[in-house]
Amino acid sequence: MSTLLKIRDIRLEGRSDEKWNPIINGVDLTLQKGEVLGLIGESGAGKSTLGLAAMGFTRDGVRISSGSVEFDGIDLVNASAAVKRSLLGKRIAYVAQSAAASFNPAHRIIEQHFEGPTQHGVMSKAESIADGVELYEKLRLPNPEEIGFRYPHQVSGGQLQRAMTAMAMACRPDLIIFDEPTTALDVTTQIEVLASIREIVEEYDTAAIYITHDLAVVAQMADQIKVLLKGDEVETADTRTMLSAPTQDYTKSLWAVRSFERPTKPAVIGGAVPVVSVRNVDAAYGTVPVLHDVSFDIHEGRTVAVVGESGSGKSTTARCITGLLPPKAGEIAFDGNVLPADYRKRNKDQLRQAQMIYQMADTALNPRMSIGNIIARPVQFYSGLTGKDLRARVDKLLDQIELEPSQYFNRLPSELSGGQKQRIGIARALAAEPKFIICDEVTSALDQLVAEGILRLLAKLQDELKLSYMFITHDLATVRAIADEVVVMKDGRVVEQGEKKAMFTPPHHAYTDLLLSSVPEMDPDWLTNLLQERGVDNIGDAAVGKM
Amino acid sequence: MGNVLTIVVQRLLLGLLTLLVVSIVIFLAVNALPGDFAEAILGQGATPDAIATIRRDLGLDQPLVVRYFSWLSGILRGDLGISFAQLNFRTNLGGAGDVGVIDQIAPRLSNTLFLALVTAMIAVPIAVALGVLAALFRNSVFDRVANITTLSSISSPEFFMAYVLILFLAVLNPILPSLSNIYDGMPFAERIEKSLLPALTLTLVVTAHMMRMTRAAIINLLASPYIEMARLKGMSPMRVIVKHALPNALAPIINVIALNLAYLITGVVVVEVVFVYPGIGQLFVDSVKIRDIPVVQACCLIFAAAYILLNLTADILSILSNPRLRHPK
Repeated sequence: MSTLLKIRDIRLEGRSDEKWNPIINGVDLTLQKGEVLGLIGESGAGKSTLGLAAMGFTRDGVRISSGSVEFDGIDLVNASAAVKRSLLGKRIAYVAQSAAASFNPAHRIIEQHFEGPTQHGVMSKAESIADGVELYEKLRLPNPEEIGFRYPHQVSGGQLQRAMTAMAMACRPDLIIFDEPTTALDVTTQIEVLASIREIVEEYDTAAIYITHDLAVVAQMADQIKVLLKGDEVETADTRTMLSAPTQDYTKSLWAVRSFERPTKPAVIGGAVPVVSVRNVDAAYGTVPVLHDVSFDIHEGRTVAVVGESGSGKSTTARCITGLLPPKAGEIAFDGNVLPADYRKRNKDQLRQAQMIYQMADTALNPRMSIGNIIARPVQFYSGLTGKDLRARVDKLLDQIELEPSQYFNRLPSELSGGQKQRIGIARALAAEPKFIICDEVTSALDQLVAEGILRLLAKLQDELKLSYMFITHDLATVRAIADEVVVMKDGRVVEQGEKKAMFTPPHHAYTDLLLSSVPEMDPDWLTNLLQERGVDNIGDAAVGKM
Repeated sequence: MGNVLTIVVQRLLLGLLTLLVVSIVIFLAVNALPGDFAEAILGQGATPDAIATIRRDLGLDQPLVVRYFSWLSGILRGDLGISFAQLNFRTNLGGAGDVGVIDQIAPRLSNTLFLALVTAMIAVPIAVALGVLAALFRNSVFDRVANITTLSSISSPEFFMAYVLILFLAVLNPILPSLSNIYDGMPFAERIEKSLLPALTLTLVVTAHMMRMTRAAIINLLASPYIEMARLKGMSPMRVIVKHALPNALAPIINVIALNLAYLITGVVVVEVVFVYPGIGQLFVDSVKIRDIPVVQACCLIFAAAYILLNLTADILSILSNPRLRHPK
């Protein structure tokens, strides 16, 4: 084997607050031809920055301050823009996290596919189109002859991600950087993409750097794993060694995150009136039906996890409960009393009882309001407190979410980390003193360690305040950690529901089984075994379609 | 394409409704002008009798509502009325020799449209090209010079720019004629030559907006993941901007172009006066002076229709520039 990529003592800096701050502090990286290196770490660890630097590329406001990047003997740090352009796309390719955002919406997929080969003079347009169709077939995209001639918005997320892998392969590069290529996908879709990527990388003996924060995923994909923490390398080892015997504390803590699990609560007493009762709800967006006969109950002090893939109707159910989307049929009852379907017809007390916490704390907090004001607003609205009383209440709420009031009261959301912002979202929901909170994918945008902190906080608050949660998620590890009951949704219907313990013990409904078995495990042979078990043509969408 | 068609029909109906509202506003505004045609034409020595006679003959003594509806029903029949200023008083109203408003406006409007078209042909390509180049070389000397030049040309009064151009292109270097007195049946080439100086003046006035919007719309997109992807595919900076950014930046650019075209049809009085160009702007100002109300109202209505129509076209083109709407799932 010969060395393809050699990075030595690379240092990268990003510009903010008028000065250059370090992002990567001297990392070495060596990649042989045909080898796959997994790069893991939390967000902000500098994974993407390092991955892009391996292409000799930095984003605006980022610079390489010292160190070397040598690709096949070419010095990428000092190479001219023209030399780098002749390599990018042709010998080094990139697969981005969100294919939906990284395909140009104005051009057909195939036009973007053959742009590289034709501009770099590798193939003619006709050759590249034929080759593209062949790649689509290898990646098991449906209708490979035709799919490229669609626009990106006409193709689903998982398919787009594979089309992007095909695009990266278009010039048969020596190295591909995969930047979190499956993070935005559902578990069942993720498997297909993982399997496709692994196959094609093996077939063309392409070297790859696979960036992700999901340990189980990287275990399936990489020969070697490198762990980053705040711009420093923690450790590097081959995959099996790293999984079985991590040497550093930080790595061990990453491995341990998945072990958080709440003790099981006693079963609901028969005849108890549920806090929230969703009864035979049908809902539609315009004329498109979304929910069909959805029913479930949520009892006091309990957490009901609603799981399912994107588009299965989880968030729509939440919208029906809050009255944002009045159902077409069926009703929502609170403490046994039927609520008006439209939130505009509910009174203040009815509104107060059900609160929401959102997935993207970034966009759910007004960036121009201070933390204190964000929390004070609902307090004032629902309780009418003013002056000192108001301030005292806000301080108490900040205490409850474990943020020091005097430190955070006057800050703006932009001055907080992702986990802290999510805590503010929780405080804002608590401000109304609700009995019931809908948590819509509240941890899916967070790193595992931070997410665990949020889950622990939610569990603590539930015990203290007797809160009921409806926990929308597609992550079954989260379900295992926090839920008392599980509702599985598919295509707007409830396919299975029951106590968590029962749900995680076979026999399952076929779809639940598929969901459960699609969650990557830390075993490096997991994907291989699963594919053998299911057969290559029976994974992901194909398997879902057969139900 | 079904939903695009629905949107177009909706917008068209909405445009007609707007026009109806505008017609009321125009009618009330014109009515609020001090004095009327009878006073203006008879001058200071007018006897009350004479004024009353003219008012009666022209129907100016009718109540406001009656006059509005007779005007509106005229418009619906395609009759914009008769120009007061061109009346032949000896043969009474409606007699031979009267000039309809349409006959009076039509040639002027076509002159104005011609000038607007010539200007657009020069200004739009220059503005878009400058905008693309400014985005490509953003924050460079070129970008700053382009910005400063277009901004100063838009900030100077139009007549000043007109005289500067006359000085340099007609007086010091007699390349172009300084008078644009075009007439019917003038050969096309001569017409263009005569219109060139006013068109250049207007180009200087409208380029800045369009150029800056093009630049801003493109730069706005440069942080998008698909632009980064194009760069990571090794595409040249020019290709990244023209092929990957521009097609997605069309909607705001089209809108600002439409606004400027509307301005070229409705707001070029000063330039027309400087170059003695027989456009609709001059006719409008003259008609206001002598309270030739039918002409004033017709001009206003045409200006409003031009704005509405161009905005409508811009809306439709912006919708069509979005592949999500052109190619639904």
